[in-house]
Amino acid sequence: MEKTWNNKAWFMVLPVLVLVAFSAVIPLMTVVNYSVQDTFGNNEFFWAGTDWFLDVLESDRFWDALTRNLIFSAIILSIEIPLGIIIALNMPKKGIGVPICLVLMALPLLIPWNVVGTIWQVFGRVDIGLLGRTLASLGINYNYVQNPFDAWVTLIVMDVWHWTSLVVLLCYAGLVSIPDAYYQAAKIDGASRWSVFRYIQLPKMKRVLLIAFLLRFMDSFMIYTEPFVVTGGGPGNSTTFLSIDLVKTAIGQFDLGPAAALSIIYFLIILLLSWIFYTVMTTSDAQG
Amino acid sequence: MARINLEHIRHAYGAKPKSESDYALKEVHHEWNDGGAYALLGPSGCGKTTLLNIISGLINPSEGRILFDGTDVTHLTTQQRNIAQVFQFPVIYDTMTVYDNLAFPLRNRRVPETEVDRRVKEILEMTGLVSWAKKTARGLTADQKQKISLGRGLVRSDVSAILFDEPLTVIDPEMKWVLRSQIKRLHKQFGFTMVYVTHDQTEALTFADKVVVMYDGQIVQIGTPAELFERPRHTFVGYFIGSPGMNVLPAEIAGSTASIGDQRIALDFRPEVKAGTKTELGIRPEFISLGREGMPVAVTKVEDIGRHKVVRARFADRPISIIVDEDGEIPAEPRVTFDPKAINIYADSWRVGGEA
Repeated sequence: MEKTWNNKAWFMVLPVLVLVAFSAVIPLMTVVNYSVQDTFGNNEFFWAGTDWFLDVLESDRFWDALTRNLIFSAIILSIEIPLGIIIALNMPKKGIGVPICLVLMALPLLIPWNVVGTIWQVFGRVDIGLLGRTLASLGINYNYVQNPFDAWVTLIVMDVWHWTSLVVLLCYAGLVSIPDAYYQAAKIDGASRWSVFRYIQLPKMKRVLLIAFLLRFMDSFMIYTEPFVVTGGGPGNSTTFLSIDLVKTAIGQFDLGPAAALSIIYFLIILLLSWIFYTVMTTSDAQG
Repeated sequence: MARINLEHIRHAYGAKPKSESDYALKEVHHEWNDGGAYALLGPSGCGKTTLLNIISGLINPSEGRILFDGTDVTHLTTQQRNIAQVFQFPVIYDTMTVYDNLAFPLRNRRVPETEVDRRVKEILEMTGLVSWAKKTARGLTADQKQKISLGRGLVRSDVSAILFDEPLTVIDPEMKWVLRSQIKRLHKQFGFTMVYVTHDQTEALTFADKVVVMYDGQIVQIGTPAELFERPRHTFVGYFIGSPGMNVLPAEIAGSTASIGDQRIALDFRPEVKAGTKTELGIRPEFISLGREGMPVAVTKVEDIGRHKVVRARFADRPISIIVDEDGEIPAEPRVTFDPKAINIYADSWRVGGEA
């Protein structure tokens, strides 16, 4: 068949192009622009080359923050994924319990990040917070403002409270798509509860788990608002994640060059890690 | 192997059944002989699968008891009943290999590995999946997957019964034939009790010693294929079995004469018909002869379907079907006669007997 050449089609994608340009490409390019130049204000720029990148990569501050990020993501993933699966497995499959559970599960997801932060900030306070005072009255020395360990525990519990639901909802969606016949066949075959999970439920949840894993990894790796509201990165630098460090550099110290370089490195790390996870998990899927 | 007794089984899916129509399964009371091959035949939604799941223990009946060899198993689990069941759509464990899929039911029951290997190889042989044994089950075609499901049902040799829930629906016609004869052969070899659900009459009639016809939640007739064909107990059986189904015509019965419109047909028996019932005369298309003698009909259509022709006609203003040989001629002024031995009389849809 003769193909009609009609370049007018390009105009159709123009609105999206403009939108993406303003929302992503232009800001990103601005950042790239900052990252290779130095400025002392007055709109005067000097070429700096890769200096800012080397500065960032050679600073302990960067590596410490990156390590905190990785540890934080590792901890919340290792809690939220198994916990999410367990909750999803125990959710009712039919009846009045289904909508109730779904609404309860969705509630934390509907709360804005900074509100979540505020809730936990107040909740954990030793002087007026319910959690802080209860723990204190039990004789447990808990203070997230002074103690780095307590600060970490607070942030992790908060993140688990906020985001496990997402894993639950995704897993639940995977579970309800399994036809009854599978469970019936498993019963006939004499499969144990564990075998049912291992050979029926887990394989069927694999795809949604991949999505849950990637979403939770990316989100937790980019975490900013909640630690900013609860701990402000402290005590000391103990909860200063890359994003908080970035904001301190860019807005606190107004070092635009290093901040821009850090942004790009940060962006590339997330991109790289997500790609690695995705590749590893999808290839094992194809082989499995 | 076991003899299975169903005692006054009724089942409703709703919590509190109020009227008869709330029951998906109306009273079923029946004995399945040890080693018998039964087909459960009926249209979709007639309760076949419900009955099957009650036997296997996937559903607990609302009322009634189930006995295996005289022991009450009503409240035992599927596993304790030791039943194998094959479902309509393939169920495979797609992360396992074909071999492991077939070995799964045996390994779950801690059968020694040498015995597992022997049984699995036998089934692989039978289903023609030998070359796929080491592959994961995921990439297989639908009929290969169904063969695995079937194989998992057949791999256990000690089961009380094997239940098949329309297992060949997704299989190619040619393969259907092969698998059906293999199941039949295994049945002869091991003599397990077998219940086979289907809505395909050919499958039911070729497969089973006894066919159980279900309609609207109840068993309407249990019989050999020949009985179902010659003496359908219910007009539904008449319609459902046979191609085309039985002609059922409203008839007035007086003594040993049936009148359809202006036509009078002599019967060779006196049906015992109570007053006020709806009476019908049933005759299969195979037992109507078309010729120059008898009662007038108007032919509307002739369908040539190979070995014979199906003549659609109007008789006493009612549509009837007649089967005529391939080379049988259709006269210009066609008339029909009914074979008196093949006539069944129905009162309120149930067949009535009578003295000759």
